[in-house]
Amino acid sequence: MRIVKLKKENLFPFLEVISKEADLWAPVKKYEDKHVFKAVEDFSEIDLDYQRTIIPPRRILLPPKTNMFEATQNTYKEDFSNVSKKIIFGIHACDVNALVIMDRFYNFAYDDPYYTRARENTLILGYSCWPDEHCLCKSTNTHIVTEGYDLFFSKLDTHYLVWIGSSQGDDLIRKQPSLFNEDISDKDIQTYLNWQKEREDAFQAEIDFIDMPDLIELKYNDPLWEELGKACLACGSCTNVCPTCNCYNVYDKPILGKNASKIVRCWDACTLENYSEVAGGENFRENRADRLKLWYTHKLQAYISKYGKPACVGCGRCIVSCPVDINVLTVGKTLSGEKVDAFWKRFNLQVKKEVRK
Amino acid sequence: MKGDAKTTVHANPFMPEPARIIRTQMLTKDVKFFQIRLADMEKALAFRYSPGQFIMLSVLGAGEAPFSISSTPSRPGLLEFCIRKAGTVTNALFRFKENDLVGLRGPYGNGFPLEEMLDRDILIVMGGLGAAPLRSVLLYCLDNRDKFRRVILLHGAKNPEEMIFREEFYSLKEREDLECFLTVDSDTTGEWKENIGVVTALFEKCRNINPADTAALVCGPPVMYKFVLKELVKLNIPKDQILMTLERRMKCGVGKCGHCAIDYIYTCLDGPVFTYWDVLHMRELI
Repeated sequence: MRIVKLKKENLFPFLEVISKEADLWAPVKKYEDKHVFKAVEDFSEIDLDYQRTIIPPRRILLPPKTNMFEATQNTYKEDFSNVSKKIIFGIHACDVNALVIMDRFYNFAYDDPYYTRARENTLILGYSCWPDEHCLCKSTNTHIVTEGYDLFFSKLDTHYLVWIGSSQGDDLIRKQPSLFNEDISDKDIQTYLNWQKEREDAFQAEIDFIDMPDLIELKYNDPLWEELGKACLACGSCTNVCPTCNCYNVYDKPILGKNASKIVRCWDACTLENYSEVAGGENFRENRADRLKLWYTHKLQAYISKYGKPACVGCGRCIVSCPVDINVLTVGKTLSGEKVDAFWKRFNLQVKKEVRK
Repeated sequence: MKGDAKTTVHANPFMPEPARIIRTQMLTKDVKFFQIRLADMEKALAFRYSPGQFIMLSVLGAGEAPFSISSTPSRPGLLEFCIRKAGTVTNALFRFKENDLVGLRGPYGNGFPLEEMLDRDILIVMGGLGAAPLRSVLLYCLDNRDKFRRVILLHGAKNPEEMIFREEFYSLKEREDLECFLTVDSDTTGEWKENIGVVTALFEKCRNINPADTAALVCGPPVMYKFVLKELVKLNIPKDQILMTLERRMKCGVGKCGHCAIDYIYTCLDGPVFTYWDVLHMRELI
């Protein structure tokens, strides 16, 4: 690892140089405070002052719909048209850590070529951020990056400190080394340390993930789950916005006029009703409470037992997108016995009142 | 698109292989028997699997679904399946005729722990379509008869017409090295000469087994498990020697699509064969 310095005005010239050979994806404002990752040609569109994108960057690697094959009766032609050289710029620490989790998942047991090929053609250029009231990443220890990035930009007053995390990242710098300089002064170091200290102190949301596996085990039959099930809309928002969700469905899309089909994989969500339904109508998780339990068990218990850390990177997307406040923070806090103010709590109070009448 | 994307060669675990339907036969009014062979003869002969594993079959335009293999690896070349008409893929499969092509990939899953079953008594309990995966291990045991001790088969169905492999099991009754007991809930034909009653009634026939040295294999409809497991525990068969094979929704077979996840395991990778011990320690298995 090496750290170099980049003047702020040199950022766009640098992006100009590196985007000649790859599509540059960066955060762009969609409306009001909502941002998305988008392939940009015009750099003025880039808005680095963003909190979190609506959909996590995994959609760049495996879009909501990916063609797997074009098939006829006796031939299956692989379709890797989604794979191209890409650079994702401006991705925050939590999302970098989420991609590290995805890398491990898609390489486990069997290698998923649709992910792996897209991933090995993608460079990750991280960008520092400042927490808002929903950011939980300090609790998951994913507010900093230790792996999974090629370059990481930390924004200071007049310049960026740029971490070089891989040889491919180094190659990018070498395309025009004159844009960078290596004389990092004591003052720069102090500014960085001060910034880091302030940022550490700026986190507002907090939750103890260490106890989660035990709590979920101990409270497996807790009425909490039924309460959540009553309020849950089964809309699938939490899974679609989660940077570590990976479930998908596969379907055949016939090509009209030809005796052929496209075989398409599309995102699925374990919170949707037909998720565990098998042919013949048997549904192993008909109950919303069971499906929510699966989601939280998987993220906060199963993943910790298997890999030593949660599958939550604390990005806060489920917190901002769930219409009824069922999210890692409220569920985690309730499990630890804390009182929370959430829509589903108030909703259940209403339900109980009505029952009493 | 800018620049040339790197194209490292990755084996594609999702790539189906064309396979030909060799023979089909109706087993009951909604269960059909299929003999299928990979179209490429070399690949067909090189295809290895073990009893209890499953494959993914795909039908152009309809999709892909998991099916357990009913044939035994001790009779190589042809793969056999018994398939109930239940969803989109199976409905399409039922329209297929001999010589038609389907897509096939696999085998997947852990299969039965054959090593641990060696030199033991084998007690096979099947109900309804549960015969599909268990027929594989039954035929395997019969083909390698000297490797196992007693082989007992208990098979239950709703009525004689719905008993799959009825004729085959009738003829197996002739074998002296197999204790084969058949039962139906009710006799609709008037010609049924075997037992009438639920499958648990057949446990009377195996009171004299040596439980510590028995492997019990169970597969059937969800309602059957509760009663059969109770009987097996009553027989004192250790919980980790009671094996069952489970059904889940699966879209990939290789631990990626997530549908078969239970707790921290994937049914497709860590199953579909589980022990009763697993079931007691992992919620939602059955």
